Amino acid sequence: MTIEDIKKHGDIVYRKTPLLTDTVMHYCPGCSHGTVHKLIAEVIEEMGIQQDTIAISPVGCSVFAYNYLNVDWEQAAHGRAPALATATKRLNPEKYVFTYQGDGDLASIGTAEIIHACSRGENIVVIFINNGIYGMTGGQMAPTTLLGMKTATTPYGRDAKLNGFPLVIAPMIAQLDGTAYITRQAVHTAPAARKAKAAIRKAFEYSQKGIGLSFVEIVATCNSGWKMSPVAANKWMVENMFPKYPLGDIKDVLKKE
Amino acid sequence: MAEKILMKGNEAIAISAIRNGVDGYFGYPITPQSEVMETLMKEKPWETTGMTVLQAESETSSINMVYGGACTGKKVMTSSSSPGLSLMCEGISYLAGAELPCLIVNVMRGGPGLGTIQPSQSDYNQCVKGGGHGDYNAIVIAPASAQDMYDFVDWGFDLAFRHRTPVILLADGIVGQMMEKVELHDPKPRMTKEEIRAAAPWATTGKTSDRKYNIITSLALESDVQEKFNRKLQEKYRHICETEVKYTEYMTEDAEYLLVAFGCASRICEAVVDQLRSEGIKAGMLRPVTLFPFPSKRIAELSGQVKSMMSLELNMGQMVADVRLAVNGACPVGFYGRQGGNIFTPDEISEEFKKFNNLK
Ligand SMILES: Cc1ncc(C[n+]2csc(CCOP(=O)(O)OP(=O)(O)O)c2C)c(N)n1
Ligand code: SF4
Ligand SMILES: [Mg+2]
Repeated sequence: MTIEDIKKHGDIVYRKTPLLTDTVMHYCPGCSHGTVHKLIAEVIEEMGIQQDTIAISPVGCSVFAYNYLNVDWEQAAHGRAPALATATKRLNPEKYVFTYQGDGDLASIGTAEIIHACSRGENIVVIFINNGIYGMTGGQMAPTTLLGMKTATTPYGRDAKLNGFPLVIAPMIAQLDGTAYITRQAVHTAPAARKAKAAIRKAFEYSQKGIGLSFVEIVATCNSGWKMSPVAANKWMVENMFPKYPLGDIKDVLKKE
Repeated sequence: MAEKILMKGNEAIAISAIRNGVDGYFGYPITPQSEVMETLMKEKPWETTGMTVLQAESETSSINMVYGGACTGKKVMTSSSSPGLSLMCEGISYLAGAELPCLIVNVMRGGPGLGTIQPSQSDYNQCVKGGGHGDYNAIVIAPASAQDMYDFVDWGFDLAFRHRTPVILLADGIVGQMMEKVELHDPKPRMTKEEIRAAAPWATTGKTSDRKYNIITSLALESDVQEKFNRKLQEKYRHICETEVKYTEYMTEDAEYLLVAFGCASRICEAVVDQLRSEGIKAGMLRPVTLFPFPSKRIAELSGQVKSMMSLELNMGQMVADVRLAVNGACPVGFYGRQGGNIFTPDEISEEFKKFNNLK
């Protein structure tokens, strides 16, 4: 049987969305970034909003997200993506505007920008990749690094006295009146990825309702930074990251009790 | 006949922005320029021209909002004063690296540090020489009156879009606070979506089927790519230096001595020239209107004509280095400056001028 025969029978079970380019991704095998990119691409395709989407990439491993998603991109300085998104959206309110940011980018150097974008109720989507580490610069401590976790700058494990406590962003911004939808998801299994995709879609839909900022945190792995195999990293994430960063919706202003 | 209104230089910036079709303003309060945003908020241009005005949480954010707006091909601007400009330097470097047009107004005050809220010209080096990291320049234009403040907004955007570069409108507390009559020209509408798509095909206007998707970035990890880009930038700066230099001259035709001053200092120096001439000393003045590109060529020419030059600045001696470079040893170059909000009087300059030139 040839590929053409399979296509003819109309029983394709999987195809790559044209919203993903053919560029080979630079991410380490096992990294969550690629999976999240795919989910966003599928949501944009399914919603038919390629022409109306403006994406903003951060400084971090996902700086090159712009090589993979077939939409217009703005590359922001470290931490400043929500400021770019604010102006991009306010000047082009008909567009879907989303930022894609790591934990160093969003929760450390860019805390002022994310807090104030949330507080102002900017009608944007923020995708927050929390892998508990600085992947790009070689595995240093992130604000989200767990206590006891070893990184290049906490070689004996994160010690609260020396390094402070992990910063938990999602519940913090859930308290701000300007946020509409806040959820925490993961992409380590097929069911988890399906849920994450539904959450991303909801965030995109909410961003056109004029009700404030939508925030999708993805608890993610950085197997290279964590110095683990992809499989071990997934297991470690479930056992150690999930208790501190539990999955599920944290805020949804449109949900009826 | 065009309308003439009495207003502060800072107000002129705001009114000009609305009347010249600016799409967005993003700023953070700081003396002595807060009237820019205050005037915009009072005028409510979002109800008339549709212009966006937003108070940001910091200058770091306002310059990055400018970056975001500029990516989409819109006319966007910010204004601040010296400490705020320091915070913006990373953003300006990114704007230069991504080749984005925008207007940044700096109404200078005295530094370093928190310094003083009094007028100064002490950010010449910061704004003219780059300020942020990397091999870049912004075009820098220096107003000397409230009318200039009004006119330079439109001119600044012209330059910014023509060369795809950030433009800094380098004013000082005097020009910002001084009230003068300002002639308002006919208003210009904001650009339509179609005009933006045509004028800025590089912008993030949304990927359509007739083009590849656009990426606005300043990242180039490969050495050769980065070097090639820098050569292209330098080529652009050379072109700007050849085509956009602007200066004014006062009594230079037969001048034996030249005063060089920009912004508010140039207006004081005009009075000095008059005073010296009345004493029989043939002085003249050159005012650089563009600080980058600097009128080096004209200054070099004049260095063959005059006995000496003197740079007069409200700082400790910054532009004087560019005057010396242009003169290249052909004549002596002196300097006199005041700082901290102190402003030289014509008598004071005249005295320093005579001392430097051994004149009675
Ligand atoms: C102003 C500035 N400071 C520091 C850096 C260096 N830097 C690049 S990426 C990064 C951390 C990124 O970590 P994160 O946001 O968690 O993204 P990840 O790589 O883990 O996806 C840092 C500190 C920079 N590029 N700019
Ligand atoms: S270093 Fe970590 S975050 Fe970066 S690509 Fe590799 S696994 Fe992913
Ligand atoms: Mg990270």
